[in-house]
Amino acid sequence: MAKHAITVAVNGTPRQAEVESRLLLVHLLRENFRLTGTHIGCDTTHCGACTVLLDGVPVKSCTVLAVQADGRAVATVEGLEKDGKLDPIQEGFMQEHGLQCGYCTPGMLMTGRALLDRNKTPSEEEIRRAISGNLCRCTGYVNIVKAVQHAAAAK
Amino acid sequence: MIPPPFDYHAPKTLPEALALLGRLGEEAKVLSGGQSLLPLLKLRFAQPAHLVDIGRIPGLDYLEEKDGYLRIGALVRESALEASPLVRSKYPILVDTAAVIADPIVRNLATVCGNLAHGDPANDHPATMLALGAEVVITGAAASRTVPVAQFFTGLFSTALAPSEVLTEIRVPVPPAGSGGAYVKLERKVGDFATAGAAAFLVLKGGVIERAGIGLTNLGPTPVKAAEAERHLAGKKPEEAAFAEAGRLAAAASSPSADRRGAVDYKKEMARVLTVRALRRAARRAEGR
Repeated sequence: MAKHAITVAVNGTPRQAEVESRLLLVHLLRENFRLTGTHIGCDTTHCGACTVLLDGVPVKSCTVLAVQADGRAVATVEGLEKDGKLDPIQEGFMQEHGLQCGYCTPGMLMTGRALLDRNKTPSEEEIRRAISGNLCRCTGYVNIVKAVQHAAAAK
Repeated sequence: MIPPPFDYHAPKTLPEALALLGRLGEEAKVLSGGQSLLPLLKLRFAQPAHLVDIGRIPGLDYLEEKDGYLRIGALVRESALEASPLVRSKYPILVDTAAVIADPIVRNLATVCGNLAHGDPANDHPATMLALGAEVVITGAAASRTVPVAQFFTGLFSTALAPSEVLTEIRVPVPPAGSGGAYVKLERKVGDFATAGAAAFLVLKGGVIERAGIGLTNLGPTPVKAAEAERHLAGKKPEEAAFAEAGRLAAAASSPSADRRGAVDYKKEMARVLTVRALRRAARRAEGR
């Protein structure tokens, strides 16, 4: 099985790796690049804890091959904070207590960020629909929705 | 879970992909959105030696009306179908369907053509495409052919696709005036496969049903075309009595198996109920209500 030399722009920085075909994107991020902010939850495409943005679009990184990301841009939770300043979506989760155990949070943040990137003033229903592929087992959805609304109001 | 080892190929053109598939034969699987295939690999339900990724082939993501058909290219994502202004205005049944497939994040990668090519009777688009009388374009290295969706599903997870072929397009006939369709799905929770699902498409003329299409999801080893129910509706008024009998006939055409989503009798009853609900909504849309 041939290995593949890939280049992925991770949070704006080109990163290279030699990978097996079967390596999943989430493992490329966590193990090769040591970006452990992206969590592995169910590993079966349900929970959304591993959500990252692939060319700006939320995807479940447990269900994407690393080779599929070759030549493309991946945004992870580590890239949200810029120059010591939290992204408004992070600020929203902090102010509105949008996390309890924190396991789903990286995925929620990335889905929330992508929603606000294409819809600056989402309704509550639009927020709830957008995060319907991200499960919070603490069931903290009320505050998660408030956190996204807080971020929307901040801009 | 780590998929079993395989060789990955990323052809840049369709002829290149078809040549590869022709050479690799049964050892290869086509990868497009990957939202069904990668979970199968991770669970070791499939262990192909090669994956041929068609995701980098330009020009396969078209979604347009041309020569009497809505043409859905191989790389049209569910999210693109759902968001398309053309689809939202003229094909609400397709929006009904896309909106209940998995969840929004999965739909960003999952493709409409893949939903058929996978051959899973639990997938949602097959029922809708049966109701709409759609066709698929199957492309091989030497030639391409068009197959009605009604003849595409040959068994559980098996289709008319040969290992060397790619499903390159779905063709949905442009709906005539006075027509309407709807898809109704019963699911235990967001993102689940259907406990049962029903798609209905009605063409009305002079207050009477000229033609009806009914497809069922997860109610048999293949997607079910409820042909007797369709025939019963032809020539009838779009009213409760006709819908009730069509629901009964659709349930009779189903052959679900019992699982954690329900017993056989329950699923057959849901086939009846959902068929009636889909017919009511299709009729309302056909009548512009």
